[in-house]
Amino acid sequence: MDLFPLWNSLRISLIATVITFFLGIFLAYYVVRLPGLLKGILDTLFTIPMVLPPTVAGFVILKLISPKSRLGELVRKYFDSTLTMKWYAAILAVVVVTFPLMYRTARSSFEAFDPDIIASGKTLCLSNTYIFWRILLPNCKAGIIAGLVLAFARGLGEYGATSMVAGYIPHKTATISTTVAYFWQTNQDEQAVKWVLINLAISCVIMLIVNVFEKRVSYGKEG
Amino acid sequence: MSIFCDIKKRLGDFTLQISFDTKEETVALMGASGCGKSMTLRCIAGIQKPDAGKIIINGVTVFDSENKINLPPQKRRVGYMFQDYALFPNMTVEKNIGAVLGKERLDELPGLLETYCLTGLEKLYPRQLSGGQKQRCALARMIAMSPEIILLDEPFAALDSFLRWQMEQEVAAAIKKAGKSVLFVSHDRDEVFRVSDRVIVMHQGKSEEITEKHQLYKHPKTYVDALLTGCKNICPATLTGDLLEAKEFGISFPYRQGELRGTGNLEVLDKREEKTAIHYIGIRSKSILPAFLVAEDTKAFRASYTIEQTIENVFTYVLMVRLPEALQPLRWEMSKDIYQTLADHEAVLAIPYESIYELVE
Repeated sequence: MDLFPLWNSLRISLIATVITFFLGIFLAYYVVRLPGLLKGILDTLFTIPMVLPPTVAGFVILKLISPKSRLGELVRKYFDSTLTMKWYAAILAVVVVTFPLMYRTARSSFEAFDPDIIASGKTLCLSNTYIFWRILLPNCKAGIIAGLVLAFARGLGEYGATSMVAGYIPHKTATISTTVAYFWQTNQDEQAVKWVLINLAISCVIMLIVNVFEKRVSYGKEG
Repeated sequence: MSIFCDIKKRLGDFTLQISFDTKEETVALMGASGCGKSMTLRCIAGIQKPDAGKIIINGVTVFDSENKINLPPQKRRVGYMFQDYALFPNMTVEKNIGAVLGKERLDELPGLLETYCLTGLEKLYPRQLSGGQKQRCALARMIAMSPEIILLDEPFAALDSFLRWQMEQEVAAAIKKAGKSVLFVSHDRDEVFRVSDRVIVMHQGKSEEITEKHQLYKHPKTYVDALLTGCKNICPATLTGDLLEAKEFGISFPYRQGELRGTGNLEVLDKREEKTAIHYIGIRSKSILPAFLVAEDTKAFRASYTIEQTIENVFTYVLMVRLPEALQPLRWEMSKDIYQTLADHEAVLAIPYESIYELVE
């Protein structure tokens, strides 16, 4: 059995999760401290991909990077290549779709964190960088990890936007979800079932990890 | 060691407008909750930005709206103790203090732990500590930063009364040893009296003049002073000719300048040529005496009373008594011994003129 779709899904999702993680926590950190109106506008903008059908996200991405777009033209001119229909095109699709999950969970964790603790760090002459990495993030660990796992899981299952920007090319862009769709469309149910089972197994492992982390995040809690 | 603060900040429906200048000493900001005390401390520490004004700490201008100076908290070196201590929940006691010391000064950690009785608690997280331990940890962490001045925001409010007394003494001693000037926020009159040297009374965002504490408690000048220093009977008073009337309590007597407390106010008011010089009178619940205990020649207001309610305290009785034609009762507190003898005498009370406060708005 060819395991390329598994490997491809994992690498796309992992790379996208790393990007989403940093993008999500930094933007959440800045948005939380913005004044009312600007905060509302950016918040809406960053959350929209969550409520849009992934095909709409895919369409917008294609408008930006397809060979017909300005960026696509430049790439074709200088590298004689395209950005779409490549496995890494799917990374962009997955980042766009998973970003709101990371952003929103990080934002609500940051908002729930006692602002006096941040303020006390400042009056104690600790740098803002130290406060962010060593105080804010560790104390928001529960929310951040939940967001991270959700983003990764959602990325693994991404279909709509991925199939539009990366398509289904065996051994090149095939992911688990596009493979399941392909086998079903071509009446190879037996093959499809295998991938369905693999998908189920991965989901179970992810949920287990979430549960384990949820129990371990309180500092100094006994028992 | 000094703090100069003259700031304005809009806060919802009132404007915080505070101005004071302190030297090396412990100063209390006293006021009811929501009067802007904490906000004042936050502005000094740089956590909040005033709309206008100037803040100078030990000669360094940390905020000046005219010259666009607004130093970040990190450059102000202001030790701020938060009401709930704001320890870092993800760090143990030693890491909380160590974070402030940094690698270079980590050798000072054992000394600090010992000074603040934290030895043996190094590896515990804040949520495993008691209130007093948290406070000592916050104190050690603050001193580790070597602050220029110290701000305490209702430092004992979260402790139960027994521990409160103990921590008050500990904190006061620690601060005296560190030799820093302290600005301390509280609504508790007893605590303010025990801990501070001078008091700034705040009311609805405005600050009154800084006053020496004995002066404030013995001679409250304003309605708010009297209320915050624990005066229980305060009511509006009018002066018609030489008749002073406090109708709500059913009190009236011929007024002679200098007989009541707080003559200073009258002089000020006379300059403004106002006819009704007194706005309120205040009577402490313990200043009221049964008439049979007051000598005949003592200048006092005397009246018969009826008891409306009797409340027993641990060591005293509190009576709610009404004078003839009064709209509301007076609160009268006395020792249990005296209470026992009341029934043997005529129901007449006496309030010596010298213990009645003249108060302005």
